[in-house]
Amino acid sequence: MPLATSDTVGILADNLRLRRSVLPIPAANAIRWTEGLHLARGGERVLYTGQMYQLIPYIEQMVATQEKLGDSWLAGFTGFGRRVNRVLNITSFMAHPGVDERSVYDRIPHNVALLLRRAGVEFGSLFDEDLYSGALIYDLGVDEVLKAHAQKVYEVFQKYGVKEAITIDPHTTNMLRTVYPTLIPGYDLRVRSYLEVLADLGYGPSRKLSGEVAIHDSCVFARYEGVVEAPRQLLQQTGLTIREPEHTGTSTWCCGGPAESLFPKTAAAQASRRVSELRAVAGRGVTMCPLCFVNLQKAAGDTMQFEDISDYLLQACQAEGLTEEIANGH
Amino acid sequence: MAVLDPHFVDSVRLDDSFNASACMNCGICTAVCPLGLEHLPREIFAYVVLGMKEEVLRHQDTVFSCLLCKLCEVNCPAGVHITENVRALRHYFDSEVFQIQGGPGDAASHV
Ligand code: SF4
Ligand code: SF4
Repeated sequence: MPLATSDTVGILADNLRLRRSVLPIPAANAIRWTEGLHLARGGERVLYTGQMYQLIPYIEQMVATQEKLGDSWLAGFTGFGRRVNRVLNITSFMAHPGVDERSVYDRIPHNVALLLRRAGVEFGSLFDEDLYSGALIYDLGVDEVLKAHAQKVYEVFQKYGVKEAITIDPHTTNMLRTVYPTLIPGYDLRVRSYLEVLADLGYGPSRKLSGEVAIHDSCVFARYEGVVEAPRQLLQQTGLTIREPEHTGTSTWCCGGPAESLFPKTAAAQASRRVSELRAVAGRGVTMCPLCFVNLQKAAGDTMQFEDISDYLLQACQAEGLTEEIANGH
Repeated sequence: MAVLDPHFVDSVRLDDSFNASACMNCGICTAVCPLGLEHLPREIFAYVVLGMKEEVLRHQDTVFSCLLCKLCEVNCPAGVHITENVRALRHYFDSEVFQIQGGPGDAASHV
């Protein structure tokens, strides 16, 4: 029997309140992307992940475990589950994703760090204090829990004197840039997505990629944050030909991801409809959000290949020997 | 005959941005919604404004299945804050129906 909406919302909210993430993941895995980068802790400007990419393989593992049981990825728990979760992190008893499942998601923040270094941007990281933004709890309307969590996140920025956060995914960008100022009096943090930063500074890769890609705009980037031109400008410079699907830019269609925690079948059906639109214009797709990536790739199976935009952006620089030197900050 | 609660809209409203009453029932939102949600936003917003609480409660799954994708909102000719209104409705379910807000009155706080 599917878990009731009330229990699912309750477990996610409890996790954020008690464990600072909707799905607590081991700290070592949340910061694996920093390996080899020799980043400083804190500083005026940080690259902030909000753990979004790192969370995906854990969510997928739960989806895979729970899918047979019915409607929701927490469906294995009865109403009793939320009470137990108060004292024991029940998600920690689930199977954990292996190195292979994690590595694709660890790679993205690492890619972004390399691209920013190449553009001459100096930044640090908050490592294990780079916390989840609370985006899902905001969507679910649990505002009191979100507000308390946002305060914790902001205190970390203040503790390290951070003035600017460079974000990667649309959800963390929206929370830090647009939602937090409505929750925290005197909030003062400059927030830009790395796509905006690179587009402003000039990206100019030396190598040209070839081929066509169907662009999938994230709803949150396009309609909440106005990030539409930056990804196009950057992709164009790689030499790739951008193909626009029927619903695109500020009229983009959702990947279905936001429905996954409560209504996975609705999410999957929407992802399939979106893949059909994208496949009609190109055989490869480019995404800029981890939820879009995982939902669309899952719906497409082997009929279409998706890549995160940072993979393409980095590939177009690789002939420059973009390796150890940039990774080490020299 | 539906029971009307004239104070219902005030218990859903989180702040002044809640503007379900601005809806003029034109149906554009339904036409553009990728999920083809028929009851959300306009019908459920009308129930809220009219105080038809039982009807709102009956549509819990619809309220929680909206993607908050904003495609309806950017096309709405009346400037209805559709996604913010949907979040306010979810907040109502969380606090009044599921009794979740993480505070001491939260039904699951005592294990
Ligand atoms: S598009 Fe706006 S005004 Fe028209 S029915 Fe929907 S919410 Fe109401
Ligand atoms: S926000 Fe998106 S999913 Fe929700 S009613 Fe509007 S168009 Fe439909």
